[in-house]
Amino acid sequence: MEDFTPLSGLFGGMLIGLAATMLLLLNGRIAGISGIVGGMLVSRIGGLFGWRTAFIVGLLLGASGYALAMGGVPVEIEASLPALVVAGLLVGFGTRLGSGCTSGHGVCGIGRMSKRSIAATAVFFTVAIATVFLVRHVVGGVA
Amino acid sequence: MALLSGVVFGVGIAVSGMINPAKVIGFLDFAGEWDPTLAFVMGGALLVSIPAFRFVLSRPRPVLEDSFDLPKKTTLDARLLGGAALFGVGWGISGFCPGPAVVALASGLPSVFVFMAAMLAGMAVYKRVFE
Repeated sequence: MEDFTPLSGLFGGMLIGLAATMLLLLNGRIAGISGIVGGMLVSRIGGLFGWRTAFIVGLLLGASGYALAMGGVPVEIEASLPALVVAGLLVGFGTRLGSGCTSGHGVCGIGRMSKRSIAATAVFFTVAIATVFLVRHVVGGVA
Repeated sequence: MALLSGVVFGVGIAVSGMINPAKVIGFLDFAGEWDPTLAFVMGGALLVSIPAFRFVLSRPRPVLEDSFDLPKKTTLDARLLGGAALFGVGWGISGFCPGPAVVALASGLPSVFVFMAAMLAGMAVYKRVFE
């Protein structure tokens, strides 16, 4: 089981809040990753050179740079490949249907006290907790 | 400038440990050995975003654009709640939400790319059906 890391969690969270503030202050945009990735699918070729791609490239650079500096960060995946495919489809479709994910609703939407975002965040946390309970303690692991 | 925001966001996800799906599931698993870290990540982010957004949105316009581009809907509807529920199932199965999934591509693990391909396919299905 993983260790509880409150200080790095708090500090990393504050960096996420700072990054969302930068994008809103400078570009006037909501830092919702599902919306940004979805928007890249929608964009014409010219759109691929816009702020969305710049943000996603920045995400990868930031995480890669940190991982290099730290000599790697753990990424542990329990789910099987078929389970990851099902989960990916649900995450992709669900975040577009529900207009956001943990960043767009959870950080930015709650950040501006949006009623829709507070409701969506309550729903996806509750459902995810119930899903983990079913998968881990009722079914007994991701097949 | 969006690049710089992305860099800070990416470092934040990596520093917080949320790049690791096992750590996310450790939070979601109340019946297991519960790891409260994710609550500290959300708390840290909101500690900054709630006051900072209030200040930013009191400005007439952002620094680099003519206007803020914000969601216009304000009422709850079935799509919002249904979409959030579907996302919650996928998040619970995998431990991946979109931000950490993008960031975890940096690990080079093939299964992250499989998840990402499926996520993009799910978004493409939405686009075909609803847009």
